[in-house]
Amino acid sequence: MTLLDAARGPVLQLALAIFAFGVAWRLSSLLLLPFARDKSLPRTGAPPAAFAALREILRRSWPQKSFGRASLFMTVNSYVFHLGLALIVFAFAPHILFIKSLFGVSWGNLPNNVIYAVAVVTVASLAAALIRRISNPVQRIISTFDDYVAWFVTLLPVLTGLAAASHLIARYETLLAIHILSVALFLAWLPFGKLMHAFLVFVTRGMTGAYLSRRGAQL
Amino acid sequence: MSDRETLGAALARCGISRRALLKYSSYLATLMALPPAASSAMAEALAKARRQSVIWLSFQECTGCTESLTRSFSPTLEDLIFNLISLDYHHTLMAVSGAAAEAARLEAMKENAGKYLVVVDGSVPLGDDGAYSTIAGITNRQMLTETVEHALAVISVGTCAAFGGLPHADPNPTGAVPVSAIVTGKPVINISGCPPLPEAMAGTVSYILSFGKLPELDHLHRPKAFFGDSIHDRCYRRPFYERGMFAKSFDDDGARNGWCLYELGCKGPVTYNSCATLKWNGGTSFPIQSGHGCLGCSEPGFWDKGGFYRPLAAGTGSPGVAVGAAAIGGVAVGAASAALHRRRLHDQGGEKPK
Ligand code: SF4
Repeated sequence: MTLLDAARGPVLQLALAIFAFGVAWRLSSLLLLPFARDKSLPRTGAPPAAFAALREILRRSWPQKSFGRASLFMTVNSYVFHLGLALIVFAFAPHILFIKSLFGVSWGNLPNNVIYAVAVVTVASLAAALIRRISNPVQRIISTFDDYVAWFVTLLPVLTGLAAASHLIARYETLLAIHILSVALFLAWLPFGKLMHAFLVFVTRGMTGAYLSRRGAQL
Repeated sequence: MSDRETLGAALARCGISRRALLKYSSYLATLMALPPAASSAMAEALAKARRQSVIWLSFQECTGCTESLTRSFSPTLEDLIFNLISLDYHHTLMAVSGAAAEAARLEAMKENAGKYLVVVDGSVPLGDDGAYSTIAGITNRQMLTETVEHALAVISVGTCAAFGGLPHADPNPTGAVPVSAIVTGKPVINISGCPPLPEAMAGTVSYILSFGKLPELDHLHRPKAFFGDSIHDRCYRRPFYERGMFAKSFDDDGARNGWCLYELGCKGPVTYNSCATLKWNGGTSFPIQSGHGCLGCSEPGFWDKGGFYRPLAAGTGSPGVAVGAAAIGGVAVGAASAALHRRRLHDQGGEKPK
């Protein structure tokens, strides 16, 4: 069995199984927890929980004036690499075919060269995010091992994908195999670290918004 | 032609001029991307060479490789190949049969010891002591082992001989193996393809005859001159691939307009061969030009790569059951941990669990 056969076959299947197990476990263990009824009286004028949740989701998706320019870079850069990743994953023809092979659904794709350009920008943006994390004292102190692993396993598929597309360094089938292996690593790690925010980001933001708003916190 | 006669003299006797030999040599030199001076050196060497003794063994095969070579478009090419070599043994092509045929093989081996080439098409079955394919009462393995013992080199023609091919496909009922699994201590050149390009065969034999050495080989022992680039690298549909324009079915507008066949399972990106440049039937066409994706027939294990019509980007397995079971397992573990937490809360609350 060649490296590519192993990557396309058993390794990918194992990674998908780990991913499915992990995501199902994390979501069910959270959502099935007892929902503690808030017995406190809501502050006068507090909006309904759903509204407060939605407001918080939107508010945190925008740079805060109170943080000045400090948060502007982070917000813009985060948008750049998140949108970049989304385009790479959902608008590149081979990736759409991969998704179609799993779920049977497909949609239109962008030209490959556009995706290559997006990937280069995404790599640059991810590099900027790391530099910022290391150079900013506060961010450096609050960063954990998981933050760096999350960054690494996200960057790796983009880099290896670019290498495969441009036939750089090694033969295409080797590069493609390495790319698939890096995707497998990403999938297997996602549920167990901070990358799980892909599923939980709006849940946690909404919950925080509803909870604090009921207590009258000025968000 | 006697084996003492030089090729140049023999070709002249058959009405093939020196000019034709030069043309042929420069054609092969160009195919093999040899330096310009090599073509005349090749012609000189070929003219002076004696015919190369070749013993051709056919094992578990479909005769497609021989068909490919003997029915190659150009009669000149075919004639030249057979003028270059003294085909001392070939089941399909030799006139004699039975004991006389075997005697011819043994005689060629004796007379040209250390100098003859062994060409093999077909894989070698090892299952049940090799009983699945025997010739003249001996197994393919026995015949191969005894024939290669004093050979100069072995050329595995076709994917069955080179990598096991169709007989080797899962579940490989005959225990088929490629020639290289049996032949050790001799150079083995693989000219893979199902069937292989006749030019690759002719070019390789001519190269050995002209320069007295093996051509440069890749990691799978294939001549780099013919297997150096992927089909995708040389495919005329490549611009459509880059622009993201793919045929979605074999009769949609994309297919009619010659768009890329990647979505229809083309294996061109991971297949190394010269089909896209040399083409077939005298440069008329090749599978992709005829509207069908590349099957990857010159690569090891091409029958077991998840399906000819499955895009390269899709995995080879069907993860549905495994992934579904994993998800159910995850929900079960999650539910159990949530239940434990509820119980702990309950206990902390001082109430007895019911
Ligand atoms: S048809 Fe096949 S070989 Fe040609 S560009 Fe498309 S994927 Fe590559």
